[in-house]
Amino acid sequence: MGNEKVKSSRRKFIKSAATLAGAAIGFSWLKSSQVLLYGAEPKDETLPWYGIVIDIQKCIGCGNCAKACKKENDVPVEPFFFRTWVEQYTVKNDGSVDIVSPNGGIDGFKQTVPDEDIFKSFFVPKMCNHCSKSPCIQVCPVGATYDSPEGVVLIDEKYCIGCRYCVQACPYGCRFIHPVKKVANKCTLCYHRLKKNLAPACMETCPTGARMYGNLRDKNSDLVKFLKEHTTQVLRPNLNTGAKLYYNALSSEVR
Amino acid sequence: MNPHYQHLYDILAHSQGYIFPNEIDLQWGILIVVYPFITGLVAGAFILASLERVFKVKILKPTYQIALLTALSFLLVATLPLISHLSQPQRAYEIMITPHSSSAMAIFGFVYLWYLMVVLLLEIWFDYRHSMVVWANEKKGVMKYVYKILTLGVNDISPRTLKWDRKLGYIITVVGIPSAFILHGYVGFIFGSIKANPWWSTPLMPIIFLFSAMVSGISMVMLIYMVISWFRKKAIEVNVLDSIGKFLFFVLILDFTLEGLDQIQRIYEAEESFEIIKLLVSSKLYLTLFVSQGLIGTIIPLITLAFLQFYKHQIRLKKTIYFIIGLLVLVGVYSMRWNVVIGGQLFSKSFAGFTSFKVGLIGLDGTLMAAFWIILPFGILAFLLWLLPPWKMVEPEE
Amino acid sequence: MKFYIPPQIPRLVIAFAIFISLFLVARHFLVPDTFGKYGHYRAASLIDNANPEIHYAGQQACFDCHQDIEDLKAKDVHSDIHCEVCHGPGEKHVLSSEAADIFKPSGREFCGSCHALNAAKPKSAIFQIDLNKHNVGKNCNECHNPHQPWEMKK
Repeated sequence: MGNEKVKSSRRKFIKSAATLAGAAIGFSWLKSSQVLLYGAEPKDETLPWYGIVIDIQKCIGCGNCAKACKKENDVPVEPFFFRTWVEQYTVKNDGSVDIVSPNGGIDGFKQTVPDEDIFKSFFVPKMCNHCSKSPCIQVCPVGATYDSPEGVVLIDEKYCIGCRYCVQACPYGCRFIHPVKKVANKCTLCYHRLKKNLAPACMETCPTGARMYGNLRDKNSDLVKFLKEHTTQVLRPNLNTGAKLYYNALSSEVR
Repeated sequence: MNPHYQHLYDILAHSQGYIFPNEIDLQWGILIVVYPFITGLVAGAFILASLERVFKVKILKPTYQIALLTALSFLLVATLPLISHLSQPQRAYEIMITPHSSSAMAIFGFVYLWYLMVVLLLEIWFDYRHSMVVWANEKKGVMKYVYKILTLGVNDISPRTLKWDRKLGYIITVVGIPSAFILHGYVGFIFGSIKANPWWSTPLMPIIFLFSAMVSGISMVMLIYMVISWFRKKAIEVNVLDSIGKFLFFVLILDFTLEGLDQIQRIYEAEESFEIIKLLVSSKLYLTLFVSQGLIGTIIPLITLAFLQFYKHQIRLKKTIYFIIGLLVLVGVYSMRWNVVIGGQLFSKSFAGFTSFKVGLIGLDGTLMAAFWIILPFGILAFLLWLLPPWKMVEPEE
Repeated sequence: MKFYIPPQIPRLVIAFAIFISLFLVARHFLVPDTFGKYGHYRAASLIDNANPEIHYAGQQACFDCHQDIEDLKAKDVHSDIHCEVCHGPGEKHVLSSEAADIFKPSGREFCGSCHALNAAKPKSAIFQIDLNKHNVGKNCNECHNPHQPWEMKK
């Protein structure tokens, strides 16, 4: 009798343990499948979770975005400090690639290669990818850079010690040390504008609508619809940064 | 054009290919080259000292305290180049009060503190306590009280307590060896964990840093031992040099093998970044990598050390050769730090171009400042040798 | 004496205890108030980041006064182009209503920053002209109304 009871309780234990383990495995699988699109899970359900799309097929290289960004965010005008910039790629018929970004594209572009030598040519605007598994946040020793509840990677200018580790860690070259404030600086997705329901300056001033931002959590947002209907890619997917900046029609030459 | 940014325009004019616009200015300059160099000397010197103690290499006894004090002098300075390199140095304390657990740099603060407080200071304290008690009784005036304070008021020098000094010191040494490994392995991890930088991002980085640290620390202790003996007009024991030389030889082989493996792996796998790195080592780093680090810092010392193991004549010449070898190895390890730190920032993360780098002489980030941080530990060492002279230590009665 | 404690131990324990407690006290006073509220950062920094003043006022702020231009633009291909794309940051002008506070662009180069021929510009995205051939010497707005580019002036 007693023996039977022990056995049954043991069976119960094994059963519940198996259920638990199964649930854990199932749950982790479920989680990992979400990771595929957005990189990581948003924390606060009530807030939007921002992602960005840049459509290379729409960018005409006017440089308005880079210019407006500097004006909006008080970035020094010297050509060494950019929160966003535009690159012009020219793949030549001989297979070599010519990349230029004079003054970040602010003054516009001249065609560097004559028409007959061009295999293809296109512009690529660059900005912070607002990675959800961001290497810059990972390495900050003091917590002076962080993922806001809206999924925007921000800097605490009053807390940054200026060690430059984050600048080293960003694979996209999006960070710099502000020469006046002497702390790290980068794109905030115009967090101060988002909070006032205004579009980031680069998007407000893009004449062709090549840049888009939106709420990744809202399945009906224009952004999510765009992601659904287009073949998009992030930069350096091999580094698993969880980038939330998706490029449409990204060519393999782009780094 | 704002003249304040003139140097950046100069660099821009010297850049090659395409670099991201934010990459023109190198973020980590010569001070960050000095920092792993100094930390490496600490770890290396300590490991040499521990070798004597744990593995009972009696012949190295004359270098034991010298190695410990060398390690302490360099450790005290180790973080200063880092802190002086911050653009907000007054906020440096934040690393200790709100350390970010995922940041290699933040945890380094604690690894450093552990190594300083728990390992090095304790080991030296246990080693010197007996002597310090005796000195406190012998001296007069201020120094009497200095030694008294240093003993923390533990004046008991009965044989039983002294036995415990040795016992606890031994335990600390045993704990200290992995700590020294962690300390410098960790410095390697600060670079090796940056996945954005293919020149840094290799799991071998901490191990490579560790072995080159041992190489440099051993050489430095050997040099300091020779200089101190010369100053005190004491004979340099060639047995000691031979013994250090043998150890240096083996560690150097290991170091060379590891770095070779790392490069072979890199060349064979030839990943995305291979072309730019090939260009980097064959142009910008040619002198510092192949000549300075490879030939001068590794190959020549290796061959000479192998030769010295069999050479038994002309002791005077032999000592001179050891001295030169010590210097060459230090130059090699310094070049290795340069190649890692500066080399890793010369190429663009776009893998399509290079920025350029020129060290200034003056300024907070210049050569003079770097030289100051390298020379300062010698000043501290001289002070420590005066305060705690190894040659005046009280020998315990067996 | 079975439990002999060497005198070094208690003294060192005290020394380390003092050191660690000093550290903890310092830490208590030095850590910022809002640190760690949402994550490993100063929560107040979110407010700092939301605070800076805007320079670009946004499309709606322009239309609040310039209803006529909105109507004009709506009829032609520049309808989707926000005012500040060409006129630059407008918040100062919104606050002051001074004409001097807003940029009025003109010239072939300015229009060319979008419309000049460049192989890198996708043909589907923008109407391009060769500035070296198209009515050289004339200003664009002699023929085109920038708010309504295809409504040609006589």
